[in-house]
Amino acid sequence: MSIIELHGIKRHYLVGEITIKALRGLDLAVDSGEFLAIMGPSGSGKSTLMNTLGCLDKPTEGSYFLDGLETSKASPDEFADIRNDKIGFVFQGFNLLARTSALENVELPLFYDRSRSKANPRLRAQAALREVGLGDRMDHMPNQLSGGQQQRVAIARAMVKDPAFILADEPTGNLDTEMTLEVMSLFQDLNDRGKTVVMVTHEPEVAAYTKRVISMRDGAIVSDSPVRERRRASEDLAAWRKDHALLAGEGGRS
Amino acid sequence: MTFAKLATASLRSIFRNKMRSFLTSLGIIIGVCSVIVMVGVGSGSQAQIHRQIAAMGTNLIMVMPPRGPRTANRLTLADLQKLRSEASYLSAISGEIRIGGSNVAGGNSYWSTSVFGVEPDYIKIKDWEVKEGDFISDRDLTTRAKSAVLGTTVAAKLFPGQDPLGLQVRIGTTPFTVVGVLASKGANAMGSDQDDVVMVPLQTAMTRLEVDGRINSIEMSAVSESLMGAAQNDVTAILRDSHKLAATATADFDVLNQSQIIQTASQTAQTLTALLAAIAGVSLIVGGIGIMNIMLVSVTERTREIGIRMSVGARRRDILLQFLSESVFLSLMGGLIGIGLALGLAYFLTHFLNTPTLVSPGIIAASAGFAGAVGIFFGFYPARKAANLYPIDALRFE
Repeated sequence: MSIIELHGIKRHYLVGEITIKALRGLDLAVDSGEFLAIMGPSGSGKSTLMNTLGCLDKPTEGSYFLDGLETSKASPDEFADIRNDKIGFVFQGFNLLARTSALENVELPLFYDRSRSKANPRLRAQAALREVGLGDRMDHMPNQLSGGQQQRVAIARAMVKDPAFILADEPTGNLDTEMTLEVMSLFQDLNDRGKTVVMVTHEPEVAAYTKRVISMRDGAIVSDSPVRERRRASEDLAAWRKDHALLAGEGGRS
Repeated sequence: MTFAKLATASLRSIFRNKMRSFLTSLGIIIGVCSVIVMVGVGSGSQAQIHRQIAAMGTNLIMVMPPRGPRTANRLTLADLQKLRSEASYLSAISGEIRIGGSNVAGGNSYWSTSVFGVEPDYIKIKDWEVKEGDFISDRDLTTRAKSAVLGTTVAAKLFPGQDPLGLQVRIGTTPFTVVGVLASKGANAMGSDQDDVVMVPLQTAMTRLEVDGRINSIEMSAVSESLMGAAQNDVTAILRDSHKLAATATADFDVLNQSQIIQTASQTAQTLTALLAAIAGVSLIVGGIGIMNIMLVSVTERTREIGIRMSVGARRRDILLQFLSESVFLSLMGGLIGIGLALGLAYFLTHFLNTPTLVSPGIIAASAGFAGAVGIFFGFYPARKAANLYPIDALRFE
C-alpha cells in the first residue's frame, strides 16, 4: 500500500518578475516499509520536494495523498495537525530546542497532540529515547550531547508519535564518519521494524544504506532504482571501530 | 493545548532567561509600584483631610461674612439672638469673634496669639475638650467675666511647667483669670496650630477687646446630619429676614456646612490622586512598551524554535498563545513584585516618614489587572508576528 502518492506535482515561485519552476509535474509513490533516498545537485528541486512531502509547503498544482489523505485542500491548521500526526522530521542541523532536556525535546510533538491520547507523554518519550540508545542521557541538554547523540534525540522525537513516515533532510550532513554510521544504522533498524523512511542526501555512500534511490534534476525525477548492493551500517560501524581501535592501539605501542 | 501546559511552557522560557525577564518586567514593577504608592498617598492624605474636617465640629453649620473684596461684615449680636430664639433644627449655637495677633502676657513672658470670643456652646459645636478647669460658662457670659481658657500651646509658652489655673494673663491691657486649659487638637487641615488660642467670653471680648459690634461668625450644630440641609435653609431665611433683604438681593453673609466643606476638600484631593495615578499609569504603559520591545527581540531570536515547534505540529494559535502568555506572565509577575514593593514602601512611608497612606485592595486588584491587560495589549503584536511566520522560513532562519 502506498503511504505517499504524488500526482503531477508542480511548484512555481514568483521571484520578482521571473517564475521559477522548482518542480515540474512530478509523480512519485512510496510504499509502506520503504527506505528511500532522494539525491540530486543543489537547485534540482529536492528541497522543494521535501517541503512538499513534509506538508511545510503547498504545491502550485497536483495532488498529494499522504496515508490515504488528500492534502492539497488542507488549511494551515490541518497541515500542522498532519505534520504532528503523520510525519516525523529529522533535520541536518538537528533542530533541537536549546536549553531544553533531551526528554523535553522528545515530548514536544506530544505537547501539540490533539488526539487526546491517554498514554503518558513522559513515558512515551522515555521509551523513544531508550529505543535510540539514549536511556541514560534523558536529562542532558543538547549542548551536553555529541552531534550523533543530538541527531538520535531528533530521531526519537520524530518517532515518538509513531508517524506514517520519517522525513530526514540530510541527517548526516553535520556528522563525522562514526556518527554517520551510528545514525544510519539506527535508521536501518527502524526500517527493519517496518518504519518508512524518506531521506534527502547528496552523499552516495549514505544512499547506499537505503533501499531505493531517486535522482532529481531540474525539478523532475531522472532516475528511480532499487539499491542493488545494499550495505549494513551496523557492520560498517563495527569494522570502522575495529580499524580505529587498531590504529589507536598501534599509536599506543609506538 | 491545555492552560496548564501553556503556563508551564511560558514559565519555563521565562525562567530560562532570568536576568532578561527581570529587566523586562522592571518597567511593570516600577509602574505598578508607583501607581499603588501614588494612589495610596493620595487617598491617605484624603482620609487625613477628611478626619481633620470632621474634627472641626459636629454637624457644623457656619455663618460668615461673604468672601470677596470690599464686602462688609454685617453680622451682629442681634442676628445671633434672632437665630438662637427662632431657628429650628439646631442643638447648639455660639457667636465667635476672632482677634488675631493679640499680645497675651502672663508669667514672665508674653505671646502673640489669636483670641477668640465665644459662648459656652462653642466647646460642643467645635468638638473641643477641656483638659483642666472649666470652659466659659453662662455666668461668665452674663457677668462679662474676665475669664480666659488657654490652648495648650499658649499655656506651655506662658507657664512652662506650671499649672496656669487661677493665674493672671493680660490680653492687651485687660487682665484675665485663667479658668481652664483646653485639650490639644493639633494642626488643622491647613496646617496651622489650633492649640495656639485663648478663648474668652463673647460679651467680654466685644466690650473689652474689640468694640466694633460685629461678630466674625456664628457657629451652630444641627440636631442631626440628615437635618443639616433643613437647618441651613432655616438659618438663611432667618438671617435674610433679619437683614431685611429683598427676595432677589444677594445675601450679605455666607452659610456653610461641614459636609460641603468635606466635599470640596475631597474633590480637590481626589483630583490630585487621579493626577498622580495618571502619571504613574503612564510609566505602566512605558513598561508595556518595554515588554513589547523584548518580545519582538525574542521572536526574532527564537525564530528557529518557532519553526521547530511548527514542524512538529504547533498551529499558529499555539504559537500565538505561547508568546502571548509569556508576555502576560512577564507583566503579571512584574505586577506581583510591584505590589509587594508598593506595600513595603507604603508601610515605610506611613511608619517612618509620617506620610499617611491608604492602600486599598481595590487599587491592588486594579493595578494587577491593568498589568495583565498591558501584557496582552503589548504582547499581542509580537505574538502575532511569531504565529504568522512561515514554517519553512522559520526553520531555515539563521
